Amino acid sequence: MFEIYCPHCQEYREEEEFHASGEAHISRPLDPDNCTDEEWAQFLYFRKNPRGVHHELWVHAAGCRKFFNITRDTQTYEIKETYKVGEQPTVTE
Amino acid sequence: MSEVIANNEVASAPVLIQQMDQLSSQGARAESPLYHADLASVAREGNQNGGVVLQEVALLGHLVLRGNINNAGFTSGVEKVLGMALPGSLQSAENGDVSLRWIAPDEWLLVVPGAQAFSIERELRDAMDGHIAIVNVSGGQTVLNLSGANARDVLMKSTGYDVHDRNFPVGKVVTTTFAKSQAVIRRTGEQSWELIIRRSFSDYLWLWLQDASAEFGLTVRT
Repeated sequence: MFEIYCPHCQEYREEEEFHASGEAHISRPLDPDNCTDEEWAQFLYFRKNPRGVHHELWVHAAGCRKFFNITRDTQTYEIKETYKVGEQPTVTE
Repeated sequence: MSEVIANNEVASAPVLIQQMDQLSSQGARAESPLYHADLASVAREGNQNGGVVLQEVALLGHLVLRGNINNAGFTSGVEKVLGMALPGSLQSAENGDVSLRWIAPDEWLLVVPGAQAFSIERELRDAMDGHIAIVNVSGGQTVLNLSGANARDVLMKSTGYDVHDRNFPVGKVVTTTFAKSQAVIRRTGEQSWELIIRRSFSDYLWLWLQDASAEFGLTVRT
């Protein structure tokens, strides 16, 4: 078990209260009717799977039920930072 | 593919919200989620000197308030009607028999005497403006008070959250895991905690609390 800092509750909580929701910073095409199939497929299906630093969307499912982002190392499981949706990560590599 | 689902005409029309008093005017009998457990008989015939004291505060009015903390029409409406400010993160506030808990950055849980839920909801709607929501969830949850010398020991068995004094002072409120369910836990005194639990989990948690309290002795009060 490890603890994760929730930027909304502003304290560390048990891992079991949280749920991962995939890659962060995925923006929906602004004009879906006029984007190419490739752009739409990129938005819907294609995700990064890096070895190392990764930005992920998590939800504090058993707490405040808010989504936020985690910068995490997929190799060591180390959590580098957590930040609110709409903010940019400070750790990028 | 996508269609226009709102136009300016619709957006500027006054918003009509259906409001309904959830209490029957016909005198229908209300049953708490733990009605079947017959806590009154357990309180009368059971252990009177347990280290853990459990009391259900049934049939209160539970209102979920949603709004932006930066919206003055929302925050001032709460202060005007309830006589207290919205508590900050992980904090609670009390005024008489009305209590308010922080649940999320844009969500608070208000608990009021059962018969007043509808009138307080209407007062709040009249006093607030802007983008807000009030939902009566009274039927969906119930309040349990856990107290006594061993109440903390039962909490330590039931939740992963740190309930030590340095982390959980009186007045703090957290939504967290409890047994295999969830609860809104508020510390109401040196040896007393309030649990707000889901109706559908109430029987499971009643069985859990009896089991977890068995080694300390469980006293039920009404």
